[in-house]
Amino acid sequence: MERRSLSFYVLTFIFALFILFLYGPTITIAILSLQGPNGGLTFPMNGMSLHWFYDLFEQQAVGDIWGSFRRSFALGFLVMVITVIVSVMGGLAFRKKFKGSGIVFYLVITSLIIPSILISLGVGLIFNQLGWDVHWSTSGLGSQLTWTLPFGLLIMFAVFNRFDKSYEEAARDLGASPWQTIRYVVLPIIGPSLIGVALFGFTLSYDEFARTLLTAGSYNTLPLEIFGMTTNVTTPVLYALGTLTTVFSFAMIGTFLGIAVYMQKRKKRLGSDANSGMV
Amino acid sequence: MYKFFAQKNNLIGWMLASPLSLVLVFFLICPIIMIVIVSFWGATEFSIYPAFQWDNYEFLFSSPVTYSVFFKTFMYAFITWVITLIIGFTIAYYLAFHIKSLTWQIALFLLCTIPFWTSNIIRMISWIPFLGRNGIANETLLGLGLISEPVEWLLFSDFAVILAFVHLYTLFMVVPIFNTMMRIDHSLLEAARDAGASGFQTLVNVIIPLCKPGIMIGSIFVVTLVMGDFITVRFMSGSQSANVGRLISNDVGLLQYPSASATAVVLLLTVLITIGIMLRFVNIRKEL
Repeated sequence: MERRSLSFYVLTFIFALFILFLYGPTITIAILSLQGPNGGLTFPMNGMSLHWFYDLFEQQAVGDIWGSFRRSFALGFLVMVITVIVSVMGGLAFRKKFKGSGIVFYLVITSLIIPSILISLGVGLIFNQLGWDVHWSTSGLGSQLTWTLPFGLLIMFAVFNRFDKSYEEAARDLGASPWQTIRYVVLPIIGPSLIGVALFGFTLSYDEFARTLLTAGSYNTLPLEIFGMTTNVTTPVLYALGTLTTVFSFAMIGTFLGIAVYMQKRKKRLGSDANSGMV
Repeated sequence: MYKFFAQKNNLIGWMLASPLSLVLVFFLICPIIMIVIVSFWGATEFSIYPAFQWDNYEFLFSSPVTYSVFFKTFMYAFITWVITLIIGFTIAYYLAFHIKSLTWQIALFLLCTIPFWTSNIIRMISWIPFLGRNGIANETLLGLGLISEPVEWLLFSDFAVILAFVHLYTLFMVVPIFNTMMRIDHSLLEAARDAGASGFQTLVNVIIPLCKPGIMIGSIFVVTLVMGDFITVRFMSGSQSANVGRLISNDVGLLQYPSASATAVVLLLTVLITIGIMLRFVNIRKEL
């Protein structure tokens, strides 16, 4: 084995600091959420208890945490499904290099770089002037898609750029119809990447704030609810809620990654035995 | 015959791209058009009315606040860009060239990525116990005897705003740079070494030029996210600092939609011009 250079150890140390920087604050509020009933927003710990977590399940003086959680979950799920379907279709479309694809591409990039508050403001104004009510499932959904679709599409670009076209040619030579080629050849190959798109779709929606701010209407999503709490809640119940949502996010990420790993393994098992010699 | 296929290809292409296009037309293009239109409207205290007047723009450009706020926006973007670039490049370099096994690379890469999928608001709130007057940072500094009384500028300051930006957005640098680094042919590095280049020379003359696309993409992400932000600035500065996004959201809060729209139009143009300048250096689509 090659001897590690000094720069390796220096960089390892920097990397460790970076990870600490990323996770440290989250871990800190997780610890502080276990404050005793008289505990405050900072250290020292005033006893240890689950008081603030119980508090979350009590009737809240302000807001509607669980309602907003359900809405955020439903919205995240909707956004996820739409993002996956539309991104795959979009990815396939761009491979056709159709006339005008350049314009659509620039739309996608614009969607990615436009300040979120413009979407929020513009969609809000349109609904307002048309006399429609803004609601998380209509205006909120559309606004969030302008954020998740570009990510989904970028992933699809990356996937299709590495996609070996000879698989499709082989399918075509064997007499598969275009739809059969997609269903039985393309989709199974890109399957694990679609889990990535789904993960982006769900989490970006679940955490979205700025684009939903003026488009969610009178029923808040969870990030809006949490932001509302920051201005008028000064107890560790805020940390308890933050910890709970983070744990939920971790659980979702874990699930998605688990599915991706499973699919990857399955693909290996059921995939081609080419190159493995005589079998 | 060829023409027929080309036409069929176009048709299928457009059919596949139609859901995407429809969403973007209705929720991206229409809102932009609407904002441009409303930016010429007038407003009373309670409502807005259609008009064609330049008042909103005149007011915007005649107010000294506008210039200081735009300056601040650029300042946040620039400082955040420099810091995230340095950190992002270092982390990506470590992952791409110092971690030898692919499994470990993926594992550590995911470790960096996971916070990106959790809530930004909560990640901002998480800094309170660190930076507050009686927070961990102050307690530690006091304990070490480095300061004699708590530092006040840690939380609710420009420092806190930039810290939060770096915390939230460094990942947008790491991912594209890591992506381009992973595609660098290692024989090029060997060639550089064989030709007598030191590690540092290889970094400057081989790796950095090859990473340019990733650096540009990451930079575009970070700069646009910071320039368009309003919530981080509001929360981390304790409403003491303002960038353009906050100017817009304040007007929205006062129901002054026309003047919010005018500011939004100027912000959009500023962002697009900035990106236009950056894009001259790289062709994104080719690099993905």
